[in-house]
Amino acid sequence: MNIVVCVKHVPDAQADRGFNESDNTVDRAGVDGLLSELDEYAVEEALKLAEASGGEVTVVTIGPDQAADAVKKALQMGADKGVHVNDEAIHGSDAPATSLILAEAIKKATDGNPELVITGMASTDGTMGVVPAMLAERLGLPQVTYASELTLGDGKVTIRRDNDANTETIEASLPALVSVTDQINEPRYPSFKGIMAAKKKPVESWTLADLGIDAGQVGLANAWTKVVEIAKRPPREQGEIVKDEGDGGTKLAEFLAARKFL
Amino acid sequence: MFELSQDHQDFRALVRQFAAEEVEPHVAQWDRDSHFPTDLVPRMGDLGLFGLVVPEAFGGSLEDSDGGSFTNLCIAIEELGYVDQSIGITLSAGVGLGINPILTYGTAEQKQRFLPDLVAGRALAGFGLTEPDAGSDAGATRTRATLDGAEWTVNGAKAFITNSGTDITSVVTVTARTGEGADGRPEISAIMIPSGTPGFTVEAPYHKLGWHISDTHGLTFDNCRVPQENLLGERGAGFKQFLKTLDDGRIAISALALGMIRRMLDESVAYSKTRTAFGKPIGINQGVAFPIADLAVMAETATVLTYKAAWLKDEQEAGRRSVAEVKKAAAIAKLYTSEAAVTATRIATQVFGGNGFMEEYPIARFYRDAKILEIGEGTSEVQRMVIGRHLGLPQG
Repeated sequence: MNIVVCVKHVPDAQADRGFNESDNTVDRAGVDGLLSELDEYAVEEALKLAEASGGEVTVVTIGPDQAADAVKKALQMGADKGVHVNDEAIHGSDAPATSLILAEAIKKATDGNPELVITGMASTDGTMGVVPAMLAERLGLPQVTYASELTLGDGKVTIRRDNDANTETIEASLPALVSVTDQINEPRYPSFKGIMAAKKKPVESWTLADLGIDAGQVGLANAWTKVVEIAKRPPREQGEIVKDEGDGGTKLAEFLAARKFL
Repeated sequence: MFELSQDHQDFRALVRQFAAEEVEPHVAQWDRDSHFPTDLVPRMGDLGLFGLVVPEAFGGSLEDSDGGSFTNLCIAIEELGYVDQSIGITLSAGVGLGINPILTYGTAEQKQRFLPDLVAGRALAGFGLTEPDAGSDAGATRTRATLDGAEWTVNGAKAFITNSGTDITSVVTVTARTGEGADGRPEISAIMIPSGTPGFTVEAPYHKLGWHISDTHGLTFDNCRVPQENLLGERGAGFKQFLKTLDDGRIAISALALGMIRRMLDESVAYSKTRTAFGKPIGINQGVAFPIADLAVMAETATVLTYKAAWLKDEQEAGRRSVAEVKKAAAIAKLYTSEAAVTATRIATQVFGGNGFMEEYPIARFYRDAKILEIGEGTSEVQRMVIGRHLGLPQG
């Protein structure tokens, strides 16, 4: 089975992340980026399925030049080929526009016939978690989201979704789109051989024109929602120090009670 | 010349991530418990760390390296050493002392028998040269092997042998006297002793100042019998064979020490920004800032010396540089970097003040781990001897 995995290049959460002051979008140039950790689970799941059943794994990403690193990492892990949609007009795109571009890229990469699309459950920067559902809608595919287990068989995909109070087993007919959680597997590290092999794997670089998308459908100016203002949280205030003069326990209880912890 | 290739940098990023995620969270505990993490070895094998200098036929990736395989190995040792020196030396010894002698001198059969498991990290191998009474003076070897029918009978003892007693150690190659040459000098040969051979005893682990996580044992051989075909390489060439692996080992120790210096620099910079005294971060004081600046100079110098030596080694493998050039560069890199590493841990401990003396902080572990770098793979004195010889100074 041929599998498409959508991945995102995000600012490293360990680094000092911020926003562009001019347009309130995420600053992607000023910090080190990496393949979103949540997408590594999607890549791993696709690799396992492809190894078990044969078939190729294609990784698709959208983003500026440095987003190519997310594709590279997935290829180093073992994916077969990559697609990088890179166009200045994409800057500031919201989830509906992102899903539109992904949908067209997936159609082009699979001649209009994706068999299985896997995504992470959310990005680690925007963390909206809505792109998988929008993408499934645009591709006309059944969507099964937040999978913590995934099995294929008889033209169906079956997933387990762990909720707070219960566990659901859901199946959908193929082709389908599945988003996976960080519980589904343990993503592999690339190997030295994987790093060297990745250099020889094909990566398509497409613009909006290649996908037949009008620039007026995407980008910051055409977003359905807009970040109006960003204010940094005030630094945490100095904690309150209570001196124990024999009544420390009482004071602690009073402190907690005042905040409705007791 | 002053930047590693993109491939090297990509590989460095991989080892750095692995070390940060899979090693760092556990090392303090492993160090306290003197625990060798056997399970980590096959995971290092999955990354390809043991196969960097090994041909594909035995599971390695030598052919993929584009002529920079030894440099890649040094990168891996440096990055592991940045997080923990014991894990770094486990790789360094696993490849340099375990795999390399078999790869270089083994018969097709010996290679096929041992290398695939060693490269995959399913097994480790040791090399026994040092004896209780013979260190750098390798010619003073007392361990004896006598050919008795179709078998060698080995008697003697080895000291400080890395990776020799882990649960997955498959074989230890030892040097032994197998006779005397016409000039009366001992004939030294290398013989492979598989783990579990009767008469081969792995002694209790040493109680060491540092490298607590690394597996180190004394070995004794009491009428230990192995088949004649366990001879590794030519009979009588054991010493010469060993000398050829020395330069690799020295550059590897230099890479390990470099990882330590970089760690001391990063830790010191971070601490001096956040730790306050008299209402200000301590880094504001020149008394703190100047030694940290010295650490940066050491890290830079050590980087250049180490990777120049590694590059020369790769170039020598390709037939473009001489063995003598590598020897000199290896001794210079090892001498400078190991001595700088000891100084670096002393500086970092001073920056950390009382906290530097506490095991809750990583500095104390590195402080304990540093000293051996000036001793293993040839002491600083031996390196100076080698450098002096290459300068053409009169030899006694």
